[in-house]
Amino acid sequence: MDWFPLFNSLRIALLSSLITFFIGLLSAYYISKAPRFVKGVLDVIFTLPLVLPPTVVGYLLLRVLGPKRMIGAWFLENFGIKLTMTWWSAIFATTVVIFPLMYRTARGAFESFDETLAYSAQTLGLSNTYIFWKIRMPCCRQGILAGTVLAFARALGEYGATSMIAGYTPGHTATISTTVYQLWRTNNDALAFKWVLVNLAISFVVLLAINMLEKKNQRLTKEG
Amino acid sequence: MSLYVDIEKKLGNFHLNVKFKAKDETLALLGASGCGKSMTLKCIAGIEKPDTGKIVLNERTLFDSKEEINLTPQQRNIGFMFQNYALFPNMTVFENIKAGTVREKDKKNRKARTYDAIERFHLSGLENHYPSQLSGGQQQRVALARILVSNPEILLLDEPFSALDSHLRFQLEQEIRNVIRDFGKTVILVSHNRDEIFRMTDSIAIIHNGHVETSGSKEQIFTTPKTPYSAALVGYKNISKIEKIDDTHIYASDWGVTLELPQIPQDMHHVAIKMSDITTELSDNISDFRVIEEVENSFSYTLSLLPDQAGISSPIFWETDKKTWEHIRNESVKLSLPSSKLLPLS
Repeated sequence: MDWFPLFNSLRIALLSSLITFFIGLLSAYYISKAPRFVKGVLDVIFTLPLVLPPTVVGYLLLRVLGPKRMIGAWFLENFGIKLTMTWWSAIFATTVVIFPLMYRTARGAFESFDETLAYSAQTLGLSNTYIFWKIRMPCCRQGILAGTVLAFARALGEYGATSMIAGYTPGHTATISTTVYQLWRTNNDALAFKWVLVNLAISFVVLLAINMLEKKNQRLTKEG
Repeated sequence: MSLYVDIEKKLGNFHLNVKFKAKDETLALLGASGCGKSMTLKCIAGIEKPDTGKIVLNERTLFDSKEEINLTPQQRNIGFMFQNYALFPNMTVFENIKAGTVREKDKKNRKARTYDAIERFHLSGLENHYPSQLSGGQQQRVALARILVSNPEILLLDEPFSALDSHLRFQLEQEIRNVIRDFGKTVILVSHNRDEIFRMTDSIAIIHNGHVETSGSKEQIFTTPKTPYSAALVGYKNISKIEKIDDTHIYASDWGVTLELPQIPQDMHHVAIKMSDITTELSDNISDFRVIEEVENSFSYTLSLLPDQAGISSPIFWETDKKTWEHIRNESVKLSLPSSKLLPLS
């Protein structure tokens, strides 16, 4: 059994979760402080990928990243890089799809943060950077961790947008989900089933991790 | 050493416009909730930004809209104690207090000062506890320790006891009184509890609808409040509009009684009397009242009275000791509102 799809899925999921972690956190932080109107509009835009079919996300991405489209053509012309049909093209797809998960859970965590903690820290002379990393983030840790794990899990299972923008090339762009589809399509039922089991095992571990985080969270709030 | 505040801020329909000075003393901002007391403290600390005005602390301008000066809270060096103490839940007692020493340049001193504060506030043994494991009183001591290690130039206390049970309040109030005494600089206390304020402060500024209505020494404010609002805040339950009859007589229209006063000030529009100043010793201003409600307190009775006259619906309240009332208990009573106890208000 060639383990490339597992390796490829994991690296795509890890990298896109990493990107989403920072972008999601920052947007959640600034949007939780934004005026109501801006908040409402940006919130809709940032949440959109959660409700759109992944194929629509893939289509829209191809409209901008495709070799004959705006950004895609620019990159091809200036750097000779094709943004689609490589293994890392899938990162664009998964990042867009999992962004709302990270953004929404982090925003929820930030909004339940007691702002007087930040105020009192400021009056004590603590810098805003210190307050963000040493007080705000630790207080919102559970929500942020849960969002990250959820985003990672979703990235592992992404199929629709990924298959459109990265395609399926064995040993090159194949992920677990695209491999399962291809194997089933070519009547290789036994191997498809093996990959299904691998996928189930990963999902199981991830969900277990989320539940454990939530339990820890409940215990902490009970103590508080 | 002093604080000068003159600020304006619009918040929707609410308009904050306060102006006051404080020396090295304890000044209380007294007012009903939502009157702008806490917002004023937040403006002084730099958490909220006034639209216009000026804040000067010990000759250092913290805020000046004309000069476009607006120091950050970090630069202001103000000790602010929040209602809920705002202890960092992810840090131990030691870490919380040490966070207050960040303005100390020499890092070696930070630890030493943290230990000093822990000792001074009787927190030894609790260094590694988290705020959620502490009692309300311990939390308050950690909050005070954390603020005082930061060496603030002024102390702002926002409703310091509102989060506590009443039996704890008195004990913690004593602790804060000691802290204030040792601090020796300007302290501004926000509260709506007049007893706390009377025990803890030197001067009082009464805030009403976003502006300072009256200010003065606490004796002045408590014994001779000038407006119906301040009279109500310092404990007058009976306040009535008046109509002047002649040079020595007024008609208290809410109570439906005519009262004699030796002198009636020009700007008098209301009259007030304390519940306990109404008496059965019939000297002057005697009227007949019907008792419409009787409430028994732990050491006294509070009676709601209406005059023997139709068309008056707002009662006058009379508080009397148990013996007196149990002796004369009746459906109607003859009482005196002594002119020496009547307080003229604008």
